[in-house]
Amino acid sequence: MALLEIKNLHVEIDGKEILKGLDLTVNAGEVHAIMGPNGSGKSTLAYVLAGKADYTPTAGEVLFNGKSLFEMGPDERAAAGLFLAFQYPLEIPGVATMTFLRTALNAQRKKRGEPELSTPEFIKKVRDLAGKLGIEQEMLRRAVNVGFSGGEKKRNEVLQMALLEPRLAVLDETDSGLDIDALKIVAEGVNQLRSPQRSFVVITHYQRLLSYIVPDIVHVLSAGRIVKTGGKDLALELEARGYAEYQEEAAA
Amino acid sequence: MNAGVTIIKTAAETALAQSFAQAAPRLPGDDKVAERRQAAFAVFAKEGLPHRRVEEWKYTDLRALMRDAKPLASLPDAAAKAAAKEAGALFRDIEARRIVFVDGAFVPELSDIANLENGLSVTPLARALSDGDPLLASHLGKLAPAGDVAMALNTALMGDGAVIRIAAGTAIERPLYLQFVASKKPAASFVRSLVVVEPDARAMLIESHEGPAGSDYQTNAAVELFVGDRAHVDHVKVIGEGADALHVSTLAAAVGAHARFNSFTFTVGGAVVRNQLFLRFDGEETVASIRGASLLKGRQHGDNTLVAEHIAHGCQCREVFKTVLDDEAHGVFQGRIVVRSKAQKTDAKMMTRALLLSEKAEADSKPELEIFADDVQCGHGATAGALDDDLKFYLMARGIPDAEAEALLIQAFLGEAIEGIEHAGVREALIDSVAAWLKARAS
Repeated sequence: MALLEIKNLHVEIDGKEILKGLDLTVNAGEVHAIMGPNGSGKSTLAYVLAGKADYTPTAGEVLFNGKSLFEMGPDERAAAGLFLAFQYPLEIPGVATMTFLRTALNAQRKKRGEPELSTPEFIKKVRDLAGKLGIEQEMLRRAVNVGFSGGEKKRNEVLQMALLEPRLAVLDETDSGLDIDALKIVAEGVNQLRSPQRSFVVITHYQRLLSYIVPDIVHVLSAGRIVKTGGKDLALELEARGYAEYQEEAAA
Repeated sequence: MNAGVTIIKTAAETALAQSFAQAAPRLPGDDKVAERRQAAFAVFAKEGLPHRRVEEWKYTDLRALMRDAKPLASLPDAAAKAAAKEAGALFRDIEARRIVFVDGAFVPELSDIANLENGLSVTPLARALSDGDPLLASHLGKLAPAGDVAMALNTALMGDGAVIRIAAGTAIERPLYLQFVASKKPAASFVRSLVVVEPDARAMLIESHEGPAGSDYQTNAAVELFVGDRAHVDHVKVIGEGADALHVSTLAAAVGAHARFNSFTFTVGGAVVRNQLFLRFDGEETVASIRGASLLKGRQHGDNTLVAEHIAHGCQCREVFKTVLDDEAHGVFQGRIVVRSKAQKTDAKMMTRALLLSEKAEADSKPELEIFADDVQCGHGATAGALDDDLKFYLMARGIPDAEAEALLIQAFLGEAIEGIEHAGVREALIDSVAAWLKARAS
């Protein structure tokens, strides 16, 4: 059984159709890249999977582990093993990073019927993961993402992903705003999490990230649909030739 | 003489006049005090209960909200005193000197005023009035704004309270905890306290007001506080009255030079609450922080009204009031900063924020600046809004359920106000109280 199965998905925002019949199947252990020009619906796909309000599915279905995603709230989707790394992680003044991480982890464990982690276990786990991602202890003492640079925010997303150990991680333009060193750190963090049980959907505009997170399958999204699917070489081809031909195809 | 307009007295106004007429002969104090009571009552008799056309009471129409005036509370019986032992649970773990009042009367057997530290004196107001304590002659009523009807009623009918003096240079480590508890009997109590912290002294004053739900008792409580030069005073007030109570309270403070003054008001109980702060910065270079957090639900009405008057040079004051409103609750903040012409280099900032959790909740804010000096830094801000859906989605996308996500954001919203409390035990007790409120909301 596929881990994620999207069939003929149509999604509207404020009455405007953004996704127009999208199909995508992701099996366990696979890394899929979704590339496409601006406005093609990449972020919409990410948000609709995570369950953001105002992103209204009007047709089609999404099965996650065989269950309909649209019957689950955002928190239930997360507990079921879906993770979205945000393109623009939010700052939450007044909520300490450690409190946030701990509340999230324990809420998910509780929903899955697992025991909560003890404070020392939790702290050790976060410190180890933060160390690998080059996240300073001082950052963990601050409020969530408050005063973080763009790169620090993205690293913090990867830290959350590593801590929450999802079945499927959707990375929404995780490379945007990163310099090459930060990109390598983030990619390394993602690669360490790759396993035969865990899948990734890497959404990006540029091929650059895919040199570090090498995908199994590359899709081109244009005007709300997957218009081409290929191997990792497709990303290089897109880099060389641009998206123009797909945009024309979609318009036709 | 009468210009022709006859104001019809409300039932509450008539009852208050009767209460005063009956009680006046037996209220504590000598003839001078009695005269002062008469003069204060005359202010009320002339003005009546404040209503919405009185600017200071625009959003808290006491005339409409106070349908009747309860009879003055009688001395608490054994059952009332026994029940009061359960009070003060919020600060149970805090090692404080408890001074307990039940239905407005001092209860020595529940209080701890033996073995006072050197330099500290604590006297019940009723006794101080009867004995003609000289501290009252020099200080009582000096800070009360003359035209304020709530304060006038308090002065007219004050029965008991605490008179506290902390001698110059004395640091009192153990917080002084004034605990006001109402019994099941729906009565009215008028309590008045006087706290004189002399120069270079230090103290923490905690005040709590609580009572049973289901009783529509009425509390009018006032504290006059003198903070001497270079003194350091922390004040925390918890208004945790029963769900049907009417609570009007006033803090009137005068702060000397080079002093530190922190005041925090936490409002979580009561059907109708009016909390007034009248602050006067008499001495130069003082640093003050005046904060408040209110959690209101159901049809609660909570009003924080603040007047900070800067008279002396170079004082810094930060005012932050946060209100969380659920259901059909109504929150009010009125804040006025007055900077007199000699108060150059005043640095005063006032911020009020309301978080509306329901479409039927209402928040009214009225910040005002009156500045007569030309070299000052003053500012105010006011916001009112709902929880940020994007932040909530971010939390939920990490697996945090709806109610827990909202609770985290509400705690974060209040954090700025509560985290400024220096006393760790008090701060944690209030954070726990917020958590309990949120838990009750979620269930």
